[in-house]
Amino acid sequence: MRNPLSKKITGIAPSGIRKFFDVANEMEGVISLGVGEPDFDTPWRIREEGIFSLERGRTFYTSNAGLMELRTEICRYLERKIHVSYSPKTETMVTVGGSEAIDVALRCMLEPGEEVLIPQPSYVSYLPCTVMADGVPVIVELKNENEFKLTVEDLESKVTEKSKILIMPFPNNPTGSIMTKEDLEPIAEFVLEHDLYVISDEIYSELSYKGDHVSIASLPGMRDRTIVINGFSKGFAMTGWRLGYCCGPELILTQMIKLHQYAIMCAPTNSQYAALEGLRNCEEDVQEMRNAYNQRRRFLMHEFKRMGLDCFEPFGAFYVFPSIKKFGMTSDEFATKLLMEEKVAVVPGTAFGDCGEGFLRISYAYSLEDLKAALERLERFIQKLNVTEQ
Amino acid sequence: MEKNGTLRKEILRYLEKNSRVNLSELAVLLGTDEAWVANEIADMEKEKIICGYHTLIDWDKTGVEQVTALIEVRVTPQRSQGFDRVAERIYNYPEVSAVYLISGGYDLLITLEGKTLKEVSRFVTEKLSTVDSVISTATFFILKKYKDHGTIMVPKKESERMLVTP
Repeated sequence: MRNPLSKKITGIAPSGIRKFFDVANEMEGVISLGVGEPDFDTPWRIREEGIFSLERGRTFYTSNAGLMELRTEICRYLERKIHVSYSPKTETMVTVGGSEAIDVALRCMLEPGEEVLIPQPSYVSYLPCTVMADGVPVIVELKNENEFKLTVEDLESKVTEKSKILIMPFPNNPTGSIMTKEDLEPIAEFVLEHDLYVISDEIYSELSYKGDHVSIASLPGMRDRTIVINGFSKGFAMTGWRLGYCCGPELILTQMIKLHQYAIMCAPTNSQYAALEGLRNCEEDVQEMRNAYNQRRRFLMHEFKRMGLDCFEPFGAFYVFPSIKKFGMTSDEFATKLLMEEKVAVVPGTAFGDCGEGFLRISYAYSLEDLKAALERLERFIQKLNVTEQ
Repeated sequence: MEKNGTLRKEILRYLEKNSRVNLSELAVLLGTDEAWVANEIADMEKEKIICGYHTLIDWDKTGVEQVTALIEVRVTPQRSQGFDRVAERIYNYPEVSAVYLISGGYDLLITLEGKTLKEVSRFVTEKLSTVDSVISTATFFILKKYKDHGTIMVPKKESERMLVTP
């Protein structure tokens, strides 16, 4: 029999998270801090609207780009939040989560051999999606001393004639780092100077704890070279509904909608109706969740300091990214030992790129009670390590 | 001032859900210092913004006999005192746990705690109905508390979230 597989797909490494998931899942009594989704249920009014849409028999396809009503509401929302206007008709597409938009954008924009600048540590899908789109991923390592913000210096040594796209993964998973307007300005200049396009993954935009989220698309000259990707998973606690969206210049969106039409048809209809309610009436629910995350974030930072775990203060998403370098173990070793000895599941920083070595991703999408219980175990673990060291 | 106003609100939101406050923890959660939080709380107690600290108890689980009734009361407001005088006569009874003046088809809504149905009905017929300005009453017994003070009283299902996800 012939090999049924393409080298392109077999050449892609499996996700580093998989291994931890498998081990942790087999164990009893594990407390996890390894989850990348909210602990809140979707606000009830959104769920209720989803149920109602099913009762009403809204079980058909929507238009490929998504319900016009929803697209209109998305554009209003973006106008309100990031002060950029898009046409709901020609510049907006509703997708199956933000992840679909990442994949489709890359596939529509890359010629074989063109390079994509991917800041890391970052979400796991940029690299494989680039490879599947025949692009060449070029990793840009973010640095702890810059609080994992992207700087022009980081980019300068990586940009080439072939560079076409810059991924902007902020607020960042796994570091929790955010980019302020002042941080973004030099990046925007760099993008213009090198004639790049930007895929800005802003899925955590609602979870910013130091001023409002700023999109690079709102900076001068950037709107028409940026695909803004966002969705309902994180801010609205709707991960399982699989609903995201993207906005950008018509020239690109037209092609993205074409690909989406052939591959996906349309995003789930009842999720779209539910999301409509989210955009119209859930500002307060989102605010309340943001407040809760922010309190936990402060709590974690305080506890890490007390335990002597080094960590810069992150202001976005629901992750902290402490350094474990001083314990003389790799991230993987530390996380494995922590899981085996104290049954606390965290994700090694290396799951998000090689430069995540020496760090752990700790999620605070957990109740304060859960966090306290997990931190107690983590502290005991660290104390044991300190004793053996001495 | 603006900032302090927001923090005050955050303190109140926290206390409303959890009055067993650990001051140092609350200060960490709000990103401020413990002495400040303690002062604010003391001030709000003095200003009667914080009126008391209570515990939400599911008496059904204790074997203690208890019934709760909601009573709608129609009254004739009294000259120069409106409803306040009659409300006072009612809320002074210790078994009355809440009295509200409300809009709609009747005037006062009362929450009454009693040991038995009989005790509640005795209160209504002997005490409440005999107050001069009370025109009529309607009593509703609570059969089951699904949610009280924002807390869902029925057991919640366990989370089905996966343990590790990207």
